[in-house]
Amino acid sequence: MRGKSKGQFLLLCLMLAAFVIIMVLPLFALFARAFQDNTGQFVGMANYRAYFANPALSRALWNTINVSLVTTVFSVTLGFLYAYALTRTNIRFKRFFRYMALIPIFIPTIVHAVGLISLFGRQGLITQMGFDIEIFGFIGITLSHIIFTFPQAFLMFFVTLEYADGRLYEAAESMGVKPLTKLFKITLPEIKFTLINAAFVCFTLAFTDFGAPVVIGGGYNVLATDLFVQITGLFNFNMGAVVGTLLLIPAILAFIVNRVTNIANMGAMSAKSTKLKVKKSLARDIFFFAFCSLIVLFFLTLIGALAVRAFTTFFPFNMTPTLGNFQFSPVTGGVGSFFNSVRMSLITATVGTAFVFVYAYVAEKTDGFEFLRKIAKLFSVLPLALPGMVIGVSYIFFFNNPNNPFNFAFGTVGILVMANILSFFSVPYLTIMGALKKLDREFESVSDSMSAPRWKLFTMVTVPLSLPAILETFMYYFVSSMVTISAIVFLYTPRFRVASIAISHMHAEGVFAQAAAMSLLILLVNVVVRLIYEITIHLIKKRRKQA
Amino acid sequence: MSFLEVKNVVKRFDNQSALNNVSINVEKGELVCILGPSGCGKTTLLRTIAGLETTDSGKIFIDGKDATFLPPAKRNFGIVFQSYALFPNMTVMGNVLFGLKQKVRASKAELRRRAEEVLEMVDLTDHSDKYPRQLSGGQQQRTALARAIALSPSFLLLDEPLSALDAKVRTKLRGEIREIQKQLGVTTVMVTHDQEEALTMADKVIVMNNSVVEQVGTPKEIYGNPATNFVAGFIGSMNFLKVDGGIKAIRPERIKLVGRFDTFDLKANVSAVEFKGPLTRVYARTKNAAEVSIELPSQSFDNMNIRAGAQVFLRLPEEHISRYTEAWGEIAV
Repeated sequence: MRGKSKGQFLLLCLMLAAFVIIMVLPLFALFARAFQDNTGQFVGMANYRAYFANPALSRALWNTINVSLVTTVFSVTLGFLYAYALTRTNIRFKRFFRYMALIPIFIPTIVHAVGLISLFGRQGLITQMGFDIEIFGFIGITLSHIIFTFPQAFLMFFVTLEYADGRLYEAAESMGVKPLTKLFKITLPEIKFTLINAAFVCFTLAFTDFGAPVVIGGGYNVLATDLFVQITGLFNFNMGAVVGTLLLIPAILAFIVNRVTNIANMGAMSAKSTKLKVKKSLARDIFFFAFCSLIVLFFLTLIGALAVRAFTTFFPFNMTPTLGNFQFSPVTGGVGSFFNSVRMSLITATVGTAFVFVYAYVAEKTDGFEFLRKIAKLFSVLPLALPGMVIGVSYIFFFNNPNNPFNFAFGTVGILVMANILSFFSVPYLTIMGALKKLDREFESVSDSMSAPRWKLFTMVTVPLSLPAILETFMYYFVSSMVTISAIVFLYTPRFRVASIAISHMHAEGVFAQAAAMSLLILLVNVVVRLIYEITIHLIKKRRKQA
Repeated sequence: MSFLEVKNVVKRFDNQSALNNVSINVEKGELVCILGPSGCGKTTLLRTIAGLETTDSGKIFIDGKDATFLPPAKRNFGIVFQSYALFPNMTVMGNVLFGLKQKVRASKAELRRRAEEVLEMVDLTDHSDKYPRQLSGGQQQRTALARAIALSPSFLLLDEPLSALDAKVRTKLRGEIREIQKQLGVTTVMVTHDQEEALTMADKVIVMNNSVVEQVGTPKEIYGNPATNFVAGFIGSMNFLKVDGGIKAIRPERIKLVGRFDTFDLKANVSAVEFKGPLTRVYARTKNAAEVSIELPSQSFDNMNIRAGAQVFLRLPEEHISRYTEAWGEIAV
């Protein structure tokens, strides 16, 4: 082995070892628990039999499936229509609509539920007007999930529809094909894979979400809340492990479907695809404009409801404007929890971006070691199938073990950061991989021929050229960490509470106004971070064009 | 002993042979072109010489020393790729300095002077502060060349250096590269699939096909005396005519059109005439349906009054005929 290869080999091993510690071993610990009794004896499928024999437990599974199915149908339909409006019609304010659709991404799922309660709860704005839709339970959970999965479905359809080949439609036109035939013969086949993937993504997200059901679920049990109760309330770790493995099912299915459809979908988009020319149709545009406006109006109402709560003294009885709700009571986490969230997200974004970048670089640009690199690439996509709740539980099992040399990490911000890095790993990995693949393959060869060390090339060429992808990764990690709750709910300590946890506590304590105020703070920070990102990218692009 | 020696090198990729027992020699100061169709192994051979690919067996000697297992950085070569691989975030000057800073221990001013000297040589002095995307294709190519020669490498490797360029620029750069190469006296190995490029630039051409070397020789030898039917068919145009016991091959411009009362070797009917500017090509069919092409200066053609359907009489001078056991490509009867 040459000197240079040795360095690359060590780095590759280091990256793989990191993944084994943050993913493989904790998952192993989870699965081990699911097949053991509480003394650690192997009991085979006994825990699963007990689970399904107990209707109080297994009902949660059917409830979860129920909620997720309804969510999927609505989200996919709405997401598709919204994306269609933005790509295949001539409505105005498309950019505005596009950004507005992303609002739900910037706030924790728990906030969607809090917002819905502000509107439809017992003292909600709309309930006060005389419409009571009984928000607690099935309806509330499903609505929250639709709000939170809508942007995901929308984004997936948007990308597919945006890059579709316009020439197909022109060719069909020239042959006199009818509109309905065009829909079935061109549009549907075109979005077939996206439709499947979007459905799975929405289903999985709804299936595993914890934030919404915990505040708006009422007596309607779902798996995520059950898991929480089993672990933190009943200390029934084995049953918790069983629920954890059940949570994995749709994600694993989605993962397999995604792999298969990705392979089948390859090459569907040719480089020569031309953009579609949208035809004129006033009726269509009016319909879609109204549709998009309604969705945005709904989102804004939700934010508005939060704002009303946050800025009034005691809704709905004392409507005097106040900033007092931003003085958070220390009992529920205080303002410290907000800064804890920012701190945790900053650390996650910094460490996570560096980790993903080096990881992708090693997996893509190392010479040789085909087998190890294949494993590295396989590891990189697995987090897509890991719900945050499962990561959280696995971490308890693995790290909260006094015999574990990494036990010191438990109860620190470090373990939260680790869980976040793993939880959100795959999307940034794909972003950075895409950026690295665009770099000339011969940079390494040229640099070698000039006897330049690889790290020099890495710092002077690879990193500067990948700057947009690095910033995107940073932004993604930051925003995702700001809103996440699922893994963290198992891993935080009272000394280090984060904002999303604080919101759930405020809600539990009945201080809704403070919960709303905290939600607004999270939204604000995320929007600001996103804005800074957009502006920086804009400046970089401008400079690169000028240079 | 030659400056560069590749001895019996074998290289396989996933059970697909890329180099099958290849041996070549390159003398000091020579420009050698490796020519062949795509997939013939020529780029693999170049990358093996560079150390960017390892060999499965065989040896590589650089300046008499065994370099088979030497990493690229220790082989002291400069390389230009088809894509140029210029660092887009650095200026022309920055690109040239990148390697210099690594390899040459000298003051900043000294390094800059060296870079300016090289840029002068490739005529880019006025563009040294530009970024690659602000340059034309030819300028990018010359930047890559400047970067490669800045370190005074003991040999230069060029991987299809001109194929991304327009025809006109390409012709011009052929001359420029050759001139710089001679001026520096640097041993150069260039890979190309463009035979005109190889014939005009090289001291020596190595023709490869199917992972093996078919022929090594001067451009004249390669064109005039193709050693194998592949070389005969791959380079230029060639008539392959079936005769008893094998194949006769003759280039179109070597066939003479003669009068019906002169001695001739073949009688044929003109099937098509193709005007190519300075030359005109005549396609004719013999009575046993073999197609023969004849090329002659357009001026002589104009004096002959030949049209499609006319009968022509062809003379095939013995000194220009090569013989093979099989034809290559389209087989004439």
